[in-house]
Amino acid sequence: MMTMTWWQNFPPFMIVAPLMCAAVCSVLKAKAARAVMLVLSALECCCMGVLLYFTQTRNLSFTFAMGEIGAPFGNELRVGAVEALVGLLFSLVMFLSLLGGWKQLEDDIAPNRMNLYGAVFCLLTAAMTAMTFTNDLFTAYVFIEISTIAACALILSRNMGWNMLAAARYMIMNLLGSGLFLLGLSMLYCLTGHLLFPQLGAAVRALAAENRYDMPLYLSFLLMTMGVAIKSALYPFHTWLPGAYSTSTAASSAILSSVVSKMYIFLLVKVFLRAAGVDVFTRRIEDVLFLYAFVGVIMGSVHAIRQRHMMRMIAYSSVAQIGYIFLGIALGTQAGFAAAVFHILAHSSAKSMLFLAGNRLQSAADGHDTFPALQGAAKKAPLAAFAFLIGALSLVGVPLLGGFASKVYLSQAAVALGGWRMVLVLADLLISTALNVGYLLRCALRLYRPTEKEETEHNPKTKDAPFAFAMGVLIVMNLGLGVFGGPVLRWIQQGIAIFM
Amino acid sequence: MNRKKRDAFAPFLNWLENGGNALDAEMQDALREHDPKEALPEKTKKAKKKAVPAQKDKAREERARKAYADSWWYRLLAVVTAVTLIWLLMEAVLQMPKFGAADTLIDSELTEFYVEHTKEETGAMNIVTGIILDYRGFDTLGESHVLFIAVCTVLLMLSIYGERDEESRLKRWEEERHYEPEHDVILQSAARLLTPLILIFGLYIIVNGHLSPGGGFSGGAVLGAGLILYQNAFGYEKIERFFTYKTFRWVSVCSLLFYSLAKGYHFFTGANHLDSHIPIGTPGNILSGGLLLPLNFVVGCVVACTMYALFTMFRKGEF
Repeated sequence: MMTMTWWQNFPPFMIVAPLMCAAVCSVLKAKAARAVMLVLSALECCCMGVLLYFTQTRNLSFTFAMGEIGAPFGNELRVGAVEALVGLLFSLVMFLSLLGGWKQLEDDIAPNRMNLYGAVFCLLTAAMTAMTFTNDLFTAYVFIEISTIAACALILSRNMGWNMLAAARYMIMNLLGSGLFLLGLSMLYCLTGHLLFPQLGAAVRALAAENRYDMPLYLSFLLMTMGVAIKSALYPFHTWLPGAYSTSTAASSAILSSVVSKMYIFLLVKVFLRAAGVDVFTRRIEDVLFLYAFVGVIMGSVHAIRQRHMMRMIAYSSVAQIGYIFLGIALGTQAGFAAAVFHILAHSSAKSMLFLAGNRLQSAADGHDTFPALQGAAKKAPLAAFAFLIGALSLVGVPLLGGFASKVYLSQAAVALGGWRMVLVLADLLISTALNVGYLLRCALRLYRPTEKEETEHNPKTKDAPFAFAMGVLIVMNLGLGVFGGPVLRWIQQGIAIFM
Repeated sequence: MNRKKRDAFAPFLNWLENGGNALDAEMQDALREHDPKEALPEKTKKAKKKAVPAQKDKAREERARKAYADSWWYRLLAVVTAVTLIWLLMEAVLQMPKFGAADTLIDSELTEFYVEHTKEETGAMNIVTGIILDYRGFDTLGESHVLFIAVCTVLLMLSIYGERDEESRLKRWEEERHYEPEHDVILQSAARLLTPLILIFGLYIIVNGHLSPGGGFSGGAVLGAGLILYQNAFGYEKIERFFTYKTFRWVSVCSLLFYSLAKGYHFFTGANHLDSHIPIGTPGNILSGGLLLPLNFVVGCVVACTMYALFTMFRKGEF
């Protein structure tokens, strides 16, 4: 057994440090707590970057035993290029959301509870990192619990009447999801006697080869899939989403929409690829998932079109985008999984930008986010409007932007598979793109349309450097994912290839 | 034009997802009502609304009733889904290996390893403690933080949605303290007798966690129950001589910090195969098991604090 090189010691540090920060945050003053949040998330980004650099250039993955005795008896973390890439994006989005929502954070959260918000944010960071890196199904569940409660706190931290309602709905639906996941995982443990992904995968394949316990194994994977589908708002389970995303403070809604729901999906990708083995049990589940995702892509957009409030519209468009990701997973091929992971990246960077910019536009329109009120808001907040436009274009799928690349990869994966799935995926992409244009661009154009009466008193443009920086980086990220989509996809494919 | 399109979709969506849609419509109504821009064009409407709020409520009630009546198939579907799930789970349980049978675990490598090695490797006589604090210590680290985040979230929620202004909050607080049953002789005598015993028993469970059944979680729960009993019998003033909100915060923060640091050190030395310099001692002695004893103690503190905090937070008086 060799010892670890210096950078291989990062992963446990990246989980333990946020946990400690959370404890410290809870007794700090508001200002200090905010500083801790910012420094911590910046640190996470740097560590993720280092991990990505080393795993990518050496094309390797490594496991880190949490304790003296490693697999299969203790906990383990595993880091490869995919984990590092997804983790980097998540931590970057968290950092930028914090920066972009910095000002609203001051307004929305009273100083006497900023320390609690900070603690919750740090714990969410820890949960995000742990869930991305974990090589152990039960550890994943523990951090699902943390992230569920943390997300709930993020929603209700803003003092606005219906936040409580939104948080309650979030809690009920998500606890149901966690419960189903736990049920599936305990059944799986009972059948195989393992919790670590590699051993679990081997045991499942052995059982499947002998055709033993066919039905319970199938059911356990089905339960886990259902749990994740509820927690990440796949179409018929989406009812908690619009309220939760549209009412919370800017940083919260950006983090919730781009990190929290996506990390469950990434976990599901890991479960499918590493614990189930792509073809053994997931085939039948994928057919069902495919139909849900297919309907979800369209229905999410239909809902989004019907909204009168911009924030709710953005929230509903998430339902459609989650549908895309599940479409990729449901294709069941490696290309499909790679497209799904790519769409996680593309959607996270676009959606966080939309929420941050949307929130800023809303405050530019005196706190209203109905479309008539937003007319001409681009004049008052030009940067936010530009970022909104870029995000909308990316989601619609305009070339050179992340959303376009991910739609291309998804359709490539579908074409490679052929059959009825190909037809449905292509039809879905077509319909949904048309609908996306319908609501996103309509809203973006509205922002740029001049108001009838010229406003005499002009809001003095306040300089907000953190927001400008966050928007700049997010725009660059969207462009980067679009232009360098090929190499990024190759990294993902390489990483997925050494997943098993 | 938009309005027309929306109306065309509405019946279809109502049919498709009635329950969720009804809730959603309710929320949108709330949003719309609070949006002055929407109400602004019709000033008369605003005036009317103020004059006859009852009519508005009636309309909403009517709509809710209608939505409920329309959603019959939605509820039917819910029942069917639940019954199907129950049936599937029953079926799966029947097909699963029998509990305690020889071939319970297809691969019983793990269990055998734990039974054989826990004592010598971790120094724990109680295998469960050895597993949860050493082999799977990472999970338990997460689990303790679940308790912590639960308290944080409840505090956050109550600080927002409790009392709106400081004055009425303080008034309520005073009232709550005033009406405490401070002279309940039966309760007080019983508590006087029981509290020390309960606290000592809790400590015993924690300290012996690595030797006998028990440990931080169960012992901490007993400690917390002792504190709650004492608080109920003697009121806040007595308990605040040794346990205040400040104590709670600092005890739980220090415990969690120590826990994270100790586990971090353990992960680091373990994965790098370094000598951790923590003696395991003779299994069976009270001072043995390396980090297990302090970790159990720390977990006990966190659990006791959480129990007591959750109890007091949901009373009106807070800490």
